[in-house]
Amino acid sequence: MSRVANVVVMGIDETVQKFFGPISDWIGGKVFYAFDINGAPVPLIVLWLIIAAIFFTFWLGFPQFNLKHSINLVRGRYSKPEDAGEVSHFQALATAVSGTVGLGNIAGVAVAISLGGPGATFWMIVAGFFGMAAKMAECTLGVMYRQKHADGSVSGGPMYYLRDGVRQVTGNKALGQFLAAFFAVCCIGGAIGAGNMFQANQATAQIVAVTGGDDSFFADLNWLIGLVFAIAVGVVIIGGIKSIARVTEKLVPLMAGIYLVACLIVILGSVSEVPGAIGDIISGAFSAEGIVGGFVGVLIVGFQRAAFSNEAGIGSASIAHSAVKTEEPATEGFVALLEPLIDTIIICTMTALTIVITGAWDDPDAGDLDGVQLTSRAFESVIPWFPNVLAVAVVLFAFSTMISWSYYGMKATGYLFGDSATAEIVFKVIFCIFTVIGASLSLEPVILFSDAAIFMMSIPNVIGLYFLAKTLRKQVKGHRARLASGEFARVK
Amino acid sequence: MSEVLVGVDGSEHSRRAVEFAVARTLERSGSMVLVHVIQWSPFSFNTPTENEHRHAQKAAEITAANEQVVDPLADLVREAGVPLEIVVIHGDPVDMIIKIAEERHSDHIILGRTGDSRVRQAIFGSTPAHLMQESPVPVTVVP
Repeated sequence: MSRVANVVVMGIDETVQKFFGPISDWIGGKVFYAFDINGAPVPLIVLWLIIAAIFFTFWLGFPQFNLKHSINLVRGRYSKPEDAGEVSHFQALATAVSGTVGLGNIAGVAVAISLGGPGATFWMIVAGFFGMAAKMAECTLGVMYRQKHADGSVSGGPMYYLRDGVRQVTGNKALGQFLAAFFAVCCIGGAIGAGNMFQANQATAQIVAVTGGDDSFFADLNWLIGLVFAIAVGVVIIGGIKSIARVTEKLVPLMAGIYLVACLIVILGSVSEVPGAIGDIISGAFSAEGIVGGFVGVLIVGFQRAAFSNEAGIGSASIAHSAVKTEEPATEGFVALLEPLIDTIIICTMTALTIVITGAWDDPDAGDLDGVQLTSRAFESVIPWFPNVLAVAVVLFAFSTMISWSYYGMKATGYLFGDSATAEIVFKVIFCIFTVIGASLSLEPVILFSDAAIFMMSIPNVIGLYFLAKTLRKQVKGHRARLASGEFARVK
Repeated sequence: MSEVLVGVDGSEHSRRAVEFAVARTLERSGSMVLVHVIQWSPFSFNTPTENEHRHAQKAAEITAANEQVVDPLADLVREAGVPLEIVVIHGDPVDMIIKIAEERHSDHIILGRTGDSRVRQAIFGSTPAHLMQESPVPVTVVP
């Protein structure tokens, strides 16, 4: 490439950075308004989410301990024969999981550990556990208040339970409409930030890293990788080429399997160090020496990255779960609670163990590594060629998350603009433009904006969950009673 | 009265299987049930858009299967004057045919040889081959 072209190209990345950086700082400052405890900033929004998750854990009677019922539902033990051909519990869960399992699990964990040390993992797991109940709450309500259209299609999610449910319980139509519209606007932001820019950013980082880092042909061409992503996404969501999305949906579980096997190879390869790593995780959780903000700092980092990864309380998954075929909305709640279990408690913990066991987080230059690069380094120390496989996995995870989130954003746009086809197309084009922007920026402004946008969704969503808490508990209690009486019985 | 279950797809082999079954049923003055299974698994991975439209898609698949596969074969049976029932359902072909045969107490399963390639059959096996291994009643495969 000529020097002139080089200058022009570097100019694109820098211009994007210059323009977008202050915007993300401003939004991040507002959403992450924090007060200090012992010098550690505690963002209110993180407390907001964890308190909701703990509340619903108690309110719904610790549904986390009903895993057997959840698993039987997913296995189709309760699915009626005449429902064959409809969306099964497994399919609804798998679709939602492929939207959630993304770079939050690979890069997010690395960010947590580099900021909060191994102890952050402990708090991620704790947050994942409570998050299961928040996820159950929003997905049960998603099914309860979903809309069936004339053409047989189904729309659900917080927009509908906020609008219709909140109006029902409060009698205040305007409040419901306001919360629903607030959620829809935040959802569009979340889709563009966490569901798009963050994914494009980290996938690009990994591509550059495996092709030679600073010496890579792509080193100053982040925008070009972003453009390729944007075209691929555009082909699917604007061009309606379903085959690409379908292939991705089938490859993602495979890559997730390969990823977990690689984690196991690293973990089992140094099995003698596992007790030590677990010790580091637990002791680090309570005595955080040398970490900004000490104990509270670690706790907050863990909670924040867990919420970002499993999206419990955010409301997004409720959109995907609503398509399920069931007469009992609570069944999908029981299925949905497996999502934080898979996402945070299993996959994030595996990533964390890999990073802690290999000691990659403790390298002198670890602080300079961007999220996914730290995870990549951890694998590389045991399986030298794995970063290439990781790059493929990261690209696929990023792509499937982008497809899912473009769908969430599109449903939110459709809700705001009365399913206007023009509005949906405008959203899709903007979505693709932000893919390029996300790839061009450095990690900090992207993660700040992504966090801010996705966490903002939880404000209207959690308010709605509290309003609907009684309705929700009635539904779940009713389901438990029908289950106990045999009215809702296994068919196989 | 004896009932013959005929598993059909859109192939020429299915047509011959139905003709064979009609002749046999006429001899014994029995009845027939035509079964077409639309390949579907509750454990597949879908996009959110596919899930949103799945309910409508299911109905469209059943209509298409009736029009394109089952109706022409059913006409053949009715013309011969054999009492007939029709089942079009989603699922795994082998599992569903066995389940329906058991539920209805059919006493004979007839189906056409599948047109799958040798490679495909070597890897996945064919529907008739699997069915013969698992069926509770005699199975006849019509070439």
